[in-house]
Amino acid sequence: MGLILSEDQLILRDMAKSFCDEKSPVERMRTLRDTRDAVGFSRELWKEMGELGWIGILFPEAVGGAEMGYGELGVVLAECGRVLAPEPFISTVLLGGNAVLLGGSEPLRKDLLPGVCSGDRILALAFQERGRFAPYAVETAATRDGSGYRIRGEKQFVLDGHVADQIVTVARTAGSAGDRDGLTLFVIDADAPGVSALRTEMVDGRNAARITFDNAVVDAARVLGEVDGGADILDPVFDRATIGLCSEMLGSFEEAFERTLEYLKTREQFGVKIGTFQGLRHRAAQMFGELEFARSVVYDAQSSIDDGREDVAECASGAKARCSDVANLIGGEAVQMHGGIGMTDEEEIGLFFKRLKAAEFTLGDAIYHRNRYASLRGY
Amino acid sequence: MASIEAFKLEVRSWIEEVLPADLRVGNRKDLPKESLGNWIQALAKRGWITPDWPTEYGGGGLDRKHTAALRAEIKAVRAPTVSSFGTSMLGPTLLEFGTEEQKLEFLPPISRHEVKWCQGYSEPGAGSDLASLQTRAVLEGDEYVINGQKIWTTGADKADWIFCLVRTDPKASKHDGISFILFPMHQPGVEVSPLKLIDGSADFSQVFFDGARAKAKDVIGPVNGGWTVAKRLLQHERSTDGGSEGGLSGAQKETLVDIVKREVGLQDGMLADPAIRQRLAAQELEAKALSLTMRRAGEEARAGQTARDIGSLGKYRWANMIKSEQDIAMTALGTQGLGWDGPGFEDTQLERTRAWLTTRADSIWGGTNEVQLNVIAKRVLKIPE
Repeated sequence: MGLILSEDQLILRDMAKSFCDEKSPVERMRTLRDTRDAVGFSRELWKEMGELGWIGILFPEAVGGAEMGYGELGVVLAECGRVLAPEPFISTVLLGGNAVLLGGSEPLRKDLLPGVCSGDRILALAFQERGRFAPYAVETAATRDGSGYRIRGEKQFVLDGHVADQIVTVARTAGSAGDRDGLTLFVIDADAPGVSALRTEMVDGRNAARITFDNAVVDAARVLGEVDGGADILDPVFDRATIGLCSEMLGSFEEAFERTLEYLKTREQFGVKIGTFQGLRHRAAQMFGELEFARSVVYDAQSSIDDGREDVAECASGAKARCSDVANLIGGEAVQMHGGIGMTDEEEIGLFFKRLKAAEFTLGDAIYHRNRYASLRGY
Repeated sequence: MASIEAFKLEVRSWIEEVLPADLRVGNRKDLPKESLGNWIQALAKRGWITPDWPTEYGGGGLDRKHTAALRAEIKAVRAPTVSSFGTSMLGPTLLEFGTEEQKLEFLPPISRHEVKWCQGYSEPGAGSDLASLQTRAVLEGDEYVINGQKIWTTGADKADWIFCLVRTDPKASKHDGISFILFPMHQPGVEVSPLKLIDGSADFSQVFFDGARAKAKDVIGPVNGGWTVAKRLLQHERSTDGGSEGGLSGAQKETLVDIVKREVGLQDGMLADPAIRQRLAAQELEAKALSLTMRRAGEEARAGQTARDIGSLGKYRWANMIKSEQDIAMTALGTQGLGWDGPGFEDTQLERTRAWLTTRADSIWGGTNEVQLNVIAKRVLKIPE
């Protein structure tokens, strides 16, 4: 793709938009949150998305996918972002699914990916061990034991970890925390002995879990990529997942901005529409500018993968650095411009604000990604 | 006309013959005067200062392809190029609107780089709203008598002649009473007062006319029909701006990354100051996002998709981007970026100080930042006022 949506992508967008508007208004996400739904998303809706071919967009036809690209997936993710749909694209497709796709043996791919594409199988990627994103800061240990490995350690912020069927786990087989070398990726069944999940309630109403591995045993055939060389899989998985997350964020930016703009045009104070005040007009113009710049870098990042370019890592970090900042700006301004009503739980703008903050911290914030971009650029 | 390939060979051997080695450094302000003079004469002799003008007006008589080939060859050896208000703006306008007599009188000296021209357009009360200009010209016999004032006139203190917009019919509507007229600067009744700017430059002047005189035959285009001529000339001005690469000063242009790396230093491959590292990354990403956004707007327009008007956004973000680039360079240089003149500072440092000051204008000219945000709110976001 280029920097604009193709005819086919525009058609896909319209389909996704009407699907989301009809089946998943923001109110649905609120109900899942308020009822403390055990799954946290709708398995039925997820399977419908599977039937529509959306879950499998990235995956090869041989495993039930559509073999399309991030341009197409991005269109769907953006529409999900517009309605704050909590379905497990990030955990199952972008993180877990990509790890299996990029690092899995042929038997593993054939075993796991068809279920992913149909919406029957939920995957998670357990990587994070502390609050700030630091992909190589892994202490969870994997020690050789007969024909397999024993895993000990604890992971946090494992997206959809409480309902995942398999947890792709990043563990250390050599070196020490912070080293890029010595990481290994394992596919571990969630119901294996020694694996326990504690669901953690997050501010955005999405699902995450702490996962404890207490001498969980995994077979050597369930390793993704090379032993000690897991970072070679992990890096591109994070880049792709980051770009996908930015596509979702773009949709949330659009919706939050449009709602705020509408509010400026309708809300009256001092006998006039508040949008007539120059202070607010200028800030709305700034938000528009950030939204348009975010769109440019997200589309460019999507094409960097789809066109097989060499600058995917730079694009991923560039996009997430910007989207994280824009999340703060648009999320914060949206609440501020809604005034007191924006502080109420009843008004939906607050749900966007909270989701955008969670997305900002997921897979690294602006500071992390500017640092990484600087490293990639040689300074 | 010779084939392009043969022509290129001819140009190359001619360049070897006439271009001194000390000029092969690009367009710099400090070029050796004598060499530069010789080079300009050599160009003028072949009509190659204005290669695409007809030979009868002092040009080279070359078609577009040959002109482009000539310019490419000159650029390839980094020889200085010669361009002026005369060659890039007045000349093309005269070729289109001038009478045969006017062309024969004014074009050859321009093509020989002998007469310096300046542009009398803006007035204190006529900036963005140029057509409200008030400088008056009244016909007395075969001469116009001119009274009024121009401002932001580039190079007025060095110019021999001015092409000037004057009001010849104060009763007509504002676009219909304007004439485009030429007259000499060196005469009683013309007073030039250079405006010194914060960056120390004084390229702009105020020009006062108190009974200055112009010959009636030196009106270009119809009397009272000067607005059309004026607009056409502005198009030539814009196409010149668009085609220029900027960076007239400093032959070896350092990138911002080079400067920051050198001044701040690397530790373990990372800039020693993490805060400056963050700013530099943000700066590079902003420049990239701006260029992607302009490209995307072009693609949207070509694809016939509903493109939002992002002209104002582009100007606003561009100005901020350019200014912050200078700010970061200054931050990296620290007090070595505060030098004004003389010893104790490298030329590149002094240039940086001046560039930092010069670029403050970028968020002012062509619509201030505040005006751009107003335009976005009103025209793009359609928020009622």
